Amino acid sequence: MKSPQLERIVGLFLLGGMLSIGYFALKMGSVNLVAVETYTLEARFSNASGLIDGSQVAVAGVPIGSVTGMKLAKDFSAVVQMRLQKEFHLPSDSTASIRGHGLLGDKYVSITPGAADDFLSNGSRITDTESSVDLESLLSRFAFGSVQSDKKQPVKE
Amino acid sequence: MFAERVGHLALQQLDAAGRWALFGTRAIRHVGAGGALGARLARAIFELGVRCVPVIVIVSAFAGLVLGLQGHYVLSRFGASGMLGTLVSLSLCRELGPVLAALMIAGQAGTALAAELGIQRSTEQIDAIELLDVCPEGFLAGARMLSSLFVFPALTSLFVIVGIAGGWLSGCVLMPQDPDAYWSAVHSAIKGRDVFECLLKAGVFGLLTTALCAYQGFYAHRSGEVGARAVGVATVRGIVLSSIAILVADYLITAILL
Repeated sequence: MKSPQLERIVGLFLLGGMLSIGYFALKMGSVNLVAVETYTLEARFSNASGLIDGSQVAVAGVPIGSVTGMKLAKDFSAVVQMRLQKEFHLPSDSTASIRGHGLLGDKYVSITPGAADDFLSNGSRITDTESSVDLESLLSRFAFGSVQSDKKQPVKE
Repeated sequence: MFAERVGHLALQQLDAAGRWALFGTRAIRHVGAGGALGARLARAIFELGVRCVPVIVIVSAFAGLVLGLQGHYVLSRFGASGMLGTLVSLSLCRELGPVLAALMIAGQAGTALAAELGIQRSTEQIDAIELLDVCPEGFLAGARMLSSLFVFPALTSLFVIVGIAGGWLSGCVLMPQDPDAYWSAVHSAIKGRDVFECLLKAGVFGLLTTALCAYQGFYAHRSGEVGARAVGVATVRGIVLSSIAILVADYLITAILL
């Protein structure tokens, strides 16, 4: 069994195995081996439903970071922590809003840059926010409203 | 009478579990026993890994093909055909890849391992190794358990890659799905934590499978049968217990990590 051929086949397998793990992790899983320099921001929302750890943070639809944590503030608003790539400096009057990729898609934080001259620094908080749209309450309000307007109409015999 | 028998059986199983754990730790700790570790590792990688490549490729290709078809059928019912890549890649990466790859390797290489050790036990070769003052667990099972930590993740990655390609073949070539949407869904669906979970599962399944199959062969003389029958019983128990262990561990890891 111990022949140079066995060693060569095993060597080939080792190489192929490492290549497939590498391709799987780096290409398909988009795992970054090189650490990208990041900074953290917070944003306060009245409703952050649908966001989870790892949700995207995007500017103009291009992902530049992710949600790293959420906690409930003393005034019962949601404080969302985000980690963004360091190379993108956002003006201090930027606004954050929670949007969804379609009806079935994941929720993400969309940041609209403002026009101020100074930038948001590490750990600062975005206060100008737009919470996630609760589709169900919107629908039920609409349905409820339409039922009422139906009732106002006189019933014809 | 009945309670006594149940208690006896429970104690027996407890003993077996303890013996198995001791077997595994001894095998890893004395992995270098008897020397020629490199050659034994190479042979283990050949038996566990290289020989399983064809079966892994075939099984993963068909798993991906059928996922593509079923996904197309289900998703097109509510107009979410664009999610096909997400469905195929996530189910392969998080569940089917590690589990099916481990089951196939257990079937192909685990049975061979249990039978080989069982014959070495029944022909008293293991006793001979012990007389040479070499730890038989480490000499026979150590390198195999160690190599499974590389072989299982490698073959699982291969399984996932080939399976995703199979999903593309049936969804986008045989069925009218858009290939660009498929591939971009695949790339955006798999996150770092999915890859981590997949590879972690593969490594755990590898250790469990090799340790269980080697243990069954190693203690074939305790199975209640003798000679050739004991080897048969050891082989069957090895594959059955490995399959159960893989599925139970799969649930536990998913529940802990989710």
